[in-house]
Amino acid sequence: MRRRLRTTLPPLAVLVAIFALWEAYVQVSGVSPILLPAPHEIVPELWRNADLLWSNFKVTAEIVALGLAIALLVGFVLALAIHLSPPVRRGVYPLVVGSQAIPIPVIGVLLVFWLGFGLTPKLAVIVLICFFPVVVTTVDGLASVDVEQLKLLRTFDASRWQLFRFAELPAALPAALSGTRIAVAVGVIAAFIAEISTAGTSAGLGYEIITDLRNIQQPRAYAAAIVLFAFAIACFGVLGLLERRLTHQPARPVLAFTYRQRQLPTGDNS
Amino acid sequence: MQPGVDPQNLWGNAREGSDMTTGLTDRALATPGTMSDYSATLTSVTHGYRDERGEELTALEDLSLRVRRGRVLAVVGPSGCGKTTLLELICGLQQPAAGTIACQPAALMPQRDLLMGWLSALDNAALALRIAGRSRAQARLHAGALFAEFGLQGFERAKPHELSGGMRQRVAFLRTLLSGKGLLCLDEPFGALDAITRQQMQRWLIDALRRQPRTVVLVTHDVEEAILLGDELIVLSPRPGRVVAHLQVALEHPRSHTDRRVVELRSRALRSLTACQEAPR
Repeated sequence: MRRRLRTTLPPLAVLVAIFALWEAYVQVSGVSPILLPAPHEIVPELWRNADLLWSNFKVTAEIVALGLAIALLVGFVLALAIHLSPPVRRGVYPLVVGSQAIPIPVIGVLLVFWLGFGLTPKLAVIVLICFFPVVVTTVDGLASVDVEQLKLLRTFDASRWQLFRFAELPAALPAALSGTRIAVAVGVIAAFIAEISTAGTSAGLGYEIITDLRNIQQPRAYAAAIVLFAFAIACFGVLGLLERRLTHQPARPVLAFTYRQRQLPTGDNS
Repeated sequence: MQPGVDPQNLWGNAREGSDMTTGLTDRALATPGTMSDYSATLTSVTHGYRDERGEELTALEDLSLRVRRGRVLAVVGPSGCGKTTLLELICGLQQPAAGTIACQPAALMPQRDLLMGWLSALDNAALALRIAGRSRAQARLHAGALFAEFGLQGFERAKPHELSGGMRQRVAFLRTLLSGKGLLCLDEPFGALDAITRQQMQRWLIDALRRQPRTVVLVTHDVEEAILLGDELIVLSPRPGRVVAHLQVALEHPRSHTDRRVVELRSRALRSLTACQEAPR
């Protein structure tokens, strides 16, 4: 319990401090509420529009969950293919890097022409944004295995699959999880970009924010942004739980960012 | 680069001993007569490699040696004389460019312990069993039964970084033993340890081999260690490595480094090391 307090209290305190400063700034500077609404206007919007925000949240949450699932799958499969096959590495890896140079608003418009107004173009945008950190970190992780360890396993007559299972995969896991963390962290942003850059969107928190801003309902737009913010943190928390399962680590705070004990390379002198 | 067994491997079955039950029985040793007296025979082996700049280097040249079954052959030589290459050839990790190698399936204990940081000491020790197809539970049971004998009791669940250098080497040695291979290739096993731990580990190794007999090729740059541990000693020249001296160490264990005979052998080995390093080539 004390530990839980220790991990949740500091960020909450910082959050409250930021809101207080914000409120003070708005009061003192006399800035127009259309340009910057004060927290005391924003926060009540959260329950005043609870139904609206909830239904939009569900739309966004769905594309985030689906998009991330596809992005992770694509990311891991691509990383494996790049790792296992030199031709794939030479042929595909540069394009993977290049894919991040595509301006998303442009591709968003184009994707709608190709994929229609439904869910698909939004998922495509999310996947395009989120698969990249997964591929890069997983490829690096798989390559980080100690070659001498592979040699050792081969003297035990390990098959290719066993080399992967007993050496490469566990060696790659921390890096792959880091990539997953980045993907999840940007997943919500990616969903927002997907919603505002594809035509024919009529629901979702991103859509909500954009239309509210157009209709000069600034406090509600900010309230929607707060929901997005909370959602991003929740996604991160869920990932932390999954990670704990996967790495068999003892219980530790899900949102603790300094969590992984750095293991220095074993202390021999070679 | 194909893994596994040399085509000329006289003992064929790479999984030899993988079906053993408790304890460690060297089936090859248990059934003499069906095998030759030698665990490994290298005949006129020449082997090279490319360094980082792409230059062709000859690591070993016209090297012939035999390792008598159940004995410890110590190989000493200056740094870079191809000692590690020699072990990799014996283990079948590389195929020689010229010459023939016939040897029993061999397991390598590398210079660094190479324990997997994400596995416990017990799972590290049991790794070879897992690869031989045992279930996790079976492999743990089997490896765990030997932990006390290896002075590792109570550290089953410890991660490698929580163990001392000597303990890590013992886990690595246990892992090598449990591969069930009759021939162990030890590459500078105690090179990274401090002087005192090193001495303890040398005594411990003698003792472990007395209880779990194996054929051993021990590579070291420490002449004294070679004489304290080896039944035979060969001295390699600087690259390209050739055998420049072959000494018998017919001394009973435990050997003391102050023993007159040890001292004498040591100076003989050192003389031939020095001679081959100074000789114009």
